[in-house]
Amino acid sequence: MYAIVTVLYYLLTAYVAVLLVANFLKDREWQKEILYIIVLIPFVLRLLRLK
Amino acid sequence: MNRKIAIAALGTALALFAGLSFYRSRHLREPLVPGPSVSRVARLGDYFGPLRGSVNDVNVYVLEGKEPGGTILLLGGTHPEEPAGRLAAWIFAENAEMAKGRIFVILTANRSASTVTRLGGAYPPDFTIPTAWGGQKFRMGDRWSNPLDQWPDPEVYLHYPTRQELAYVDIRNLNRAFPGRPNGTLTEKTCYAITELIRREKVDIAIDFHEAELQYPVISTIVAHPKGADLAAAASMFISSVEGFAIGVENSPKALRGLSHREIGDATDAISLLLEAPEPFLDATRGRTNRELLLDGKDEFVVRAGKRGLLFEKIDEKGWPIDIRVGRHTSTILQILEIWSGDNPAKAVVLSGIPRYGDVVQNGTGAYLKDPKTVDLAKLFYE
Repeated sequence: MYAIVTVLYYLLTAYVAVLLVANFLKDREWQKEILYIIVLIPFVLRLLRLK
Repeated sequence: MNRKIAIAALGTALALFAGLSFYRSRHLREPLVPGPSVSRVARLGDYFGPLRGSVNDVNVYVLEGKEPGGTILLLGGTHPEEPAGRLAAWIFAENAEMAKGRIFVILTANRSASTVTRLGGAYPPDFTIPTAWGGQKFRMGDRWSNPLDQWPDPEVYLHYPTRQELAYVDIRNLNRAFPGRPNGTLTEKTCYAITELIRREKVDIAIDFHEAELQYPVISTIVAHPKGADLAAAASMFISSVEGFAIGVENSPKALRGLSHREIGDATDAISLLLEAPEPFLDATRGRTNRELLLDGKDEFVVRAGKRGLLFEKIDEKGWPIDIRVGRHTSTILQILEIWSGDNPAKAVVLSGIPRYGDVVQNGTGAYLKDPKTVDLAKLFYE
């Protein structure tokens, strides 16, 4: 059960990361682009199993 | 478009910088030179198969004397961010010369927790103990298992088997998960493996090394299961009169579940004890959280808290250096073993080669760490 929940959380993390990348590509304000990239970093680090 | 590429490159650089630092910290290898009495090195997974191959399938150093006697388990690294406990256990594994009995030493009981630092805590990733041969680097670690190994945390953590409700994050705390659960989380499985080791090896005394913040009332003390209350009280009296420092005794509370001093004593035949030394690094009112604070234990803000009567242990400008904290642990163990052996000659555990409090304070912890460069690589073990 715990393993299934963990997999679901990784899928959620990947989903949020994809949303952040999509918003980064769509947005036209540089402040928001920087914000999206900074917010994306912990999601990428978790997906790569670095933190 | 060029702007997006530049911002994405900046983000990639930041992620790489942080990721490399985290990777190096998680994979730092700590060499150990096995001491003269280490007869074999088992793995925790030998006592509970499902743990085998996991991050917590750690080394178990078995020290054996020429004569039979009692069996002791020393648990270091239950909370890796309390390094004096790991270092004291390290000194036993590298230096003890056993005459009677056996000692099982686990240096990194929660190895997963040793591969991460506290999120948002700005902890240093590692620290170095100075030695005559240069110094030995250790992982800093945290109190809880690495979320990379056990994630997510539940909203509510119900301790097994009592179903007592504990803080959610303590589902990753080795000292809130005893006696463990064979089909539980990594942390619970690790506790179960340690409990199995104690049962199968017929351990007489299990001793768990810790450190505590000075704002925590359980400090500078031996926390004893009722089975070990007399032993702890006698050790406290001898230590306070002959070792050069004072240490108290606390009874393990029945109502607080999951802790080694309670659950090991309840679930096995062993006496369970837990040792606490002062570590200002852990205090919430500390200043900069760096290696110097970890090793020197000096902090002006914690001193100020002490002057306002907010602490449960004394502190002044001299702080609580690591050598004092390690020496407290080694002397406490030696006193416990001497009293135990006097009272139980058939189960005596007799050894030499371990420095007492005064020795560690005078010579430094590093004087008792062995240089891995002087040993054949095949004879080294890594934590």
